[in-house]
Amino acid sequence: MAAAAAETGARELHGAGIINAIKASGVEYVLAVPDIVTSSGLLAPIAHDKDLRLIRVCKEDECIGIASGLFYADKRALILIQYTGFLDSINAIRGIAVEYKQPICMMIGLLGHEPDLAPRASPRYGVRIIEPICDDMGIAHHLISLDSDVGKIPPAIENAYRTSEPVALLIGRRPKSADRQGSDDEEG
Amino acid sequence: MMKRDECFRILARHIGKEAVVATYSSAVDWVEIAPRPLNYLSIGAMGLDSSHGLGLALGRPDKRVIVLQGDGSLLMNLGSLVTIAAVAPKNLIHLVAQNDTYEANGSQPIPNPKVDFAGIARSSGYAACYDFSDLKNFEQQIGHVLEQQGPVFATLHVEPSKKLKYDYPSMYDPKKREAFKAQWRS
Repeated sequence: MAAAAAETGARELHGAGIINAIKASGVEYVLAVPDIVTSSGLLAPIAHDKDLRLIRVCKEDECIGIASGLFYADKRALILIQYTGFLDSINAIRGIAVEYKQPICMMIGLLGHEPDLAPRASPRYGVRIIEPICDDMGIAHHLISLDSDVGKIPPAIENAYRTSEPVALLIGRRPKSADRQGSDDEEG
Repeated sequence: MMKRDECFRILARHIGKEAVVATYSSAVDWVEIAPRPLNYLSIGAMGLDSSHGLGLALGRPDKRVIVLQGDGSLLMNLGSLVTIAAVAPKNLIHLVAQNDTYEANGSQPIPNPKVDFAGIARSSGYAACYDFSDLKNFEQQIGHVLEQQGPVFATLHVEPSKKLKYDYPSMYDPKKREAFKAQWRS
């Protein structure tokens, strides 16, 4: 499906490709609070994926502590959250990821984002401020909106662990699941 | 009612290769009693001690992790009780020193000192939960508590302690994090 979309130039993002990229990055644990942007295309299939261990948490900042603990045992984790949870976790990210220089890898759904706009141009205030906040905190960030962006994921995670620095992977379009078509205009 | 440092002195007699996660006032007392590379002090944000402990326990299921958390810290991350109980790491011991204050922030009272942390942990699904307010009883039971299959929870009802000196630059020294990492990965 992804290949066909590429041939036709379709502006799509498929969850299967992202999950393959997560696995190719050596990630063993996915720490998550449900996010409507990534719920059906990523979180649901990850929950059934035998190669990834999903830890469902109550609140997003828990993920930062858990990922840190896993890092000390040389285990890789990806945090899958909504941008609202990222904002709610800023103090934990400040302390653990930035000041302690830990490879906290976050995949952040941009709820309400219009996929064909740059996040900074989003009419939604909460989306508009995410990249500037990352910039101010010195957190590398990458926009994943199309299948052609998925290739950014493995090197971004690898670089985070090589340099021991955080990274934010911003999901700008609702990923399509293998068994169900995603929709960009649904509201969460 | 017990004193936290007295509890920790007793606890220290039972500690070997475990990681001990501690922060703020608990960390000050613990480090004075048991300075060691396997003390994990760099929590980064109040309340996350229990979450760090879960990550450590998941990462090394062959080793035991003991979290020494304060009541104020746990109140900031109560949901972690539910998360930990769901994940159910057998190697995690979660001890909460309840002195009914945010001690590190000026000893202001917590919102409700009647909170029953062990009761919340029990209903969240911890495998074993305890409540200690008598030092003699704690001394007699702690060995048994540490041998239980986790996740294990215990509330230690303690008095507010003497004024502590919080040497954060030392506690959060990056060299200590590196030393911990080297030991924990070995």
